[in-house]
Amino acid sequence: MSIRERLSGNEAAAIAMKQINPDVVAAFPITPSTEIPQYFSSFVSNGAVDTEFVAVESEHSAMSACIGAEAAGARAMTATSSNGLSLMWEMIYIASSLRLPIVMSLVNRAVSGPLNIHNDHSDAMGVRDSGWIQLFSENNQEAYDNLVMAHRIAEHKDVLLPLMVCQDGFITSHSIENIELIEDDLVKKFVGTYKPEHYLLNDKEPMAVGPLDLQAYLFEHKRQQAEAMRNAKKVVLEVSKEFEKMTGRKYGFFEEYKLEDAEIAIVCMNSTAGTTKYTVDKLREKGIKAGLLKIRMFRPFPTEEVAKALSHLKAVAVLDKADSLNGAGGALFEDVISSMYVSNIHVPTVNYVYGIGGRDTKADDIEKVYNDLSEIVKTGNINNPYRYLGVRE
Amino acid sequence: MSEINSTTPWQDLTIGGNIYEAGNAKNFKTGDWRSVKPIYLSEKCKQCGLCFPVCPDDAIPVNKEQKREDFNYDMCKGCGVCAKVCPFGAIEMQ
Repeated sequence: MSIRERLSGNEAAAIAMKQINPDVVAAFPITPSTEIPQYFSSFVSNGAVDTEFVAVESEHSAMSACIGAEAAGARAMTATSSNGLSLMWEMIYIASSLRLPIVMSLVNRAVSGPLNIHNDHSDAMGVRDSGWIQLFSENNQEAYDNLVMAHRIAEHKDVLLPLMVCQDGFITSHSIENIELIEDDLVKKFVGTYKPEHYLLNDKEPMAVGPLDLQAYLFEHKRQQAEAMRNAKKVVLEVSKEFEKMTGRKYGFFEEYKLEDAEIAIVCMNSTAGTTKYTVDKLREKGIKAGLLKIRMFRPFPTEEVAKALSHLKAVAVLDKADSLNGAGGALFEDVISSMYVSNIHVPTVNYVYGIGGRDTKADDIEKVYNDLSEIVKTGNINNPYRYLGVRE
Repeated sequence: MSEINSTTPWQDLTIGGNIYEAGNAKNFKTGDWRSVKPIYLSEKCKQCGLCFPVCPDDAIPVNKEQKREDFNYDMCKGCGVCAKVCPFGAIEMQ
């Protein structure tokens, strides 16, 4: 029997890490993810895990220690947010290019400046092209479930890429919700023992990691990374299916909420999907055919599947919780649009940048987006595809 | 480990450029970094043995009789340290 609990998102992530019992955790505290290594270090002190906890002096060192540990043949995890991830940036690319399946819990927070500690997705969007798999989580349950599945995806021989599980800072990380935990022994069995094929501490096979990789080789190694990212799609589905068998909780590339017969829909990630579901239900009562496509797997981006899921709609709004400041749209918008164009599917689509720096996004705001979509359907006019939601003007 | 070179397709390369064997630095020819070249003047050489320990790479071969031989230019980066330490002018940089 699964265990019913009430936990914050950070507690849920820490409990998942406890059940995974990795060989090494190296982390540096930063709001709002601080509680994760804090709770975890108490598990280490209490002897609840066998993990070597490395209390590093910076996030750059945290990721470096994870890289060293993982290359040595250990299973390594970390947690961070915002500028902590920014400080890791150099090593983030090293981790993925050395093909080390490190798992990170990323509690999303705005990247400064000016200084802000609240939620948006600018930290995750900053590393969207770094070769890490990125899974997003609507609530505490999903943050926990995604972490339980993470190593199985990252460590698969056809993948071997690092993976970050994202959740919204404060909104889910510090909110206590009901959660269904899996029993320790089941998690242990599901995650399994890490058995790398090649590792530095193998005295039977001396090896070199990260050698000089000049004009004759780097291109081919990047091509391998790109292939591994494509392979991750199949593995994410396989692992999610196995997870569903164990828990009954179904995961895919995305969740379609009342999308099948919808005429207008929102595409978004993380906790905003919860607010959007509430709004969809409210609009459905009024006979408005609203739907939601909640992206779970942002990297690799499920291009064909997203295009197909949106193909029957009359208008779509893509919500970006980070402004790409590029004179065009947000990152999610651009990915959705290019997915549809390549699949030769044309649906009127607009972008909303919203919730920057923790700006509250309420059901009324989401309802306004659906009203705008209804207007687009009625008039056929988009006017400005690059819109803002909730900014004072 | 199978042979890997600059014609190997991406499918056959090890991930991340990993090298699954030891002692392979000698396969990495660094001689093409050189802009000036040491010339060994054997008639001036007294075999004093000062040059080869200061070579930062492996460009001065020493034979079984403990005598240095001509330069291995595959490994010589042209740094000139050997020419500097030679007391007899037996190494000239060109």
